[in-house]
Amino acid sequence: MGLKQNLHKLKEKYKGTKMAPAFNAIHTFLYMPNETTHSGSHVRSADDLKRTMNTVIMALIPCLIFGMFNAGYQHYLALGDIQAANGDFFSANFWNWNNLTVGLWKVLPLVLISYGVGLAVEFVFAVIKGHEVEEGYLVTGMLVPLIVPIDIPLWMLVIAVIFGVVIGKEVFGGTGMNILNPALTIRAFLFFAYPTWMSGDKVWVHGAVASTGQPDAISGETILGSLAQGNPAGYDWLDMFYGFIPGSVGETSTLLILLGGLFLIFTKIGSWRIMLSAVVGALVMGFIFNGVVDAGWISETSKFYGLMSTEFWQHLLIGGLAFGIVYMATDPVTASQTNKGKWFYGFLIGFISVLIRVFNPAYPEGVMLAILLMNVFAPTIDHYVLQGNIKRRMKRLKVKTA
Amino acid sequence: MGLLSKKDSKLILDPLADNNPITIQVLGICSALAITAQLKASIVMAVSVIFVLAIGNVVISLMRNIIPSKIRIIVQLIVVATLVIIVDQVLKAFAYELSKELSVFIGLIITNCIIMGRFEAFALGNGPWRSFLDGIGNAAGYGLILVIVGFFRELLGSGTLLGIKVLGDPIAKTGLYSIGYENNGFMLLSPMALIIVGLIIWVQRSRNKALIEEN
Repeated sequence: MGLKQNLHKLKEKYKGTKMAPAFNAIHTFLYMPNETTHSGSHVRSADDLKRTMNTVIMALIPCLIFGMFNAGYQHYLALGDIQAANGDFFSANFWNWNNLTVGLWKVLPLVLISYGVGLAVEFVFAVIKGHEVEEGYLVTGMLVPLIVPIDIPLWMLVIAVIFGVVIGKEVFGGTGMNILNPALTIRAFLFFAYPTWMSGDKVWVHGAVASTGQPDAISGETILGSLAQGNPAGYDWLDMFYGFIPGSVGETSTLLILLGGLFLIFTKIGSWRIMLSAVVGALVMGFIFNGVVDAGWISETSKFYGLMSTEFWQHLLIGGLAFGIVYMATDPVTASQTNKGKWFYGFLIGFISVLIRVFNPAYPEGVMLAILLMNVFAPTIDHYVLQGNIKRRMKRLKVKTA
Repeated sequence: MGLLSKKDSKLILDPLADNNPITIQVLGICSALAITAQLKASIVMAVSVIFVLAIGNVVISLMRNIIPSKIRIIVQLIVVATLVIIVDQVLKAFAYELSKELSVFIGLIITNCIIMGRFEAFALGNGPWRSFLDGIGNAAGYGLILVIVGFFRELLGSGTLLGIKVLGDPIAKTGLYSIGYENNGFMLLSPMALIIVGLIIWVQRSRNKALIEEN
């Protein structure tokens, strides 16, 4: 008897008991259920929640693998053991075994903790509430390790994941009912609870925290951090695009995020309206700031000068903006639901991200706060779009009946 | 309680749990968010409100038949303001550091919705003894939540309780801090107080299903 039959038997055995949702979840995750709908359904589609989630995970895998290599690359580069890759995407200095070993050693625990703790919370809630375990956490669990600094202590991640899943999602009723993106709730919790581990110039490169104060201390300032302090970025734009820069684990490579974004658009999982309008929003805000600098309204001594004078298109390459736009802003639960609303929603995310980034150097990752803010406003946007439609149609109705 | 009749003891016990001013009536949230970062401030606030509300309820109840209803809000405000000024002066005289820490929030007891609410809803229609008990009960229910929130926020946010370093020294790395524990800075921000109050409401309603509103 195969695993499938065993699982099915367990499922039958525990039917109606408290643990039933847990067995059902494992069963549906691994196999097609034994019972499927035979009649009565009119719309048949191959993509259920599970497949949707898995498509997003597939789009995230390249970022994860790149993140592992980058973890080791940044570590050894800071130590001076290897040469910089310098704009060569297939550089042997980057894609080598030593780098991957460091990456596996540091990133895999993050992935395991994120999935283990998050799914445990989901199972506990499913058992208590007596509903089925939902697949919503599959993507969140993959996003979380990609958006935290590499050296984050694991116990902090555990607390943050519990907080994010319970407060961000379960209290509202679980997957599909949450107001805020759970992955960003987890990151925001970490950011406000343990700021020393989430910002500054130490946490982004593995080993930098441990070496503080020693003669061979290494530092790993992100580009945003350098610019906010008025220093030059220190990286070629091609390096930024390829992702050979310090940052959170999986968000550095704009190239791979772009590919993942195209994949999501091609499979119709991610909304191209949100992605496009968010990019436009960021470009517009960046353009305005460039204009302010060109007009000479602020001088080089201003503390905003560094980020304001950054060329407008480079805002897309640095920090987590691209990652946030492609994978977080498009979360179908927390984004606007109407097509027209998606344009406003996306545009404002890009616009506000760059705004926060420039005007508040204490919160270098503006995209996190911008998406959370717009998550809150998404229902309002939808409301006005709907009301606009209703008004227009009422008018049409009056013309017809008159 | 042998001292009180069953009806009277209900006046004190009800607001502590099933009719709590903060978690059920959702009044007085502002001060619960603002001053609960330290346990000591929460306790002082709780005691102050118990004093103001108990005495105020008695005073209003004694005057309830001679207050013209058109100006009753002004009369109530004068009573609260007088009592709050007494509290403020006492704190300034005997606990100056603490009064600086609480700053405007002692003065803002005047605008605490619980106080005006009890004056309006209870003291204007009941005798002094029952009003006194009602004041104690409601203020204690408010204070209870304040102390719970203050306890968790100070313990997890600063690692101290009433200023005593119960979890060890974060700078010298003793106690819990020696194994890598760190204080949760989020606990010191007001949003976390809101979340803790929300969690208390969640626990309370899941234990007593009768409190869940239909909608």
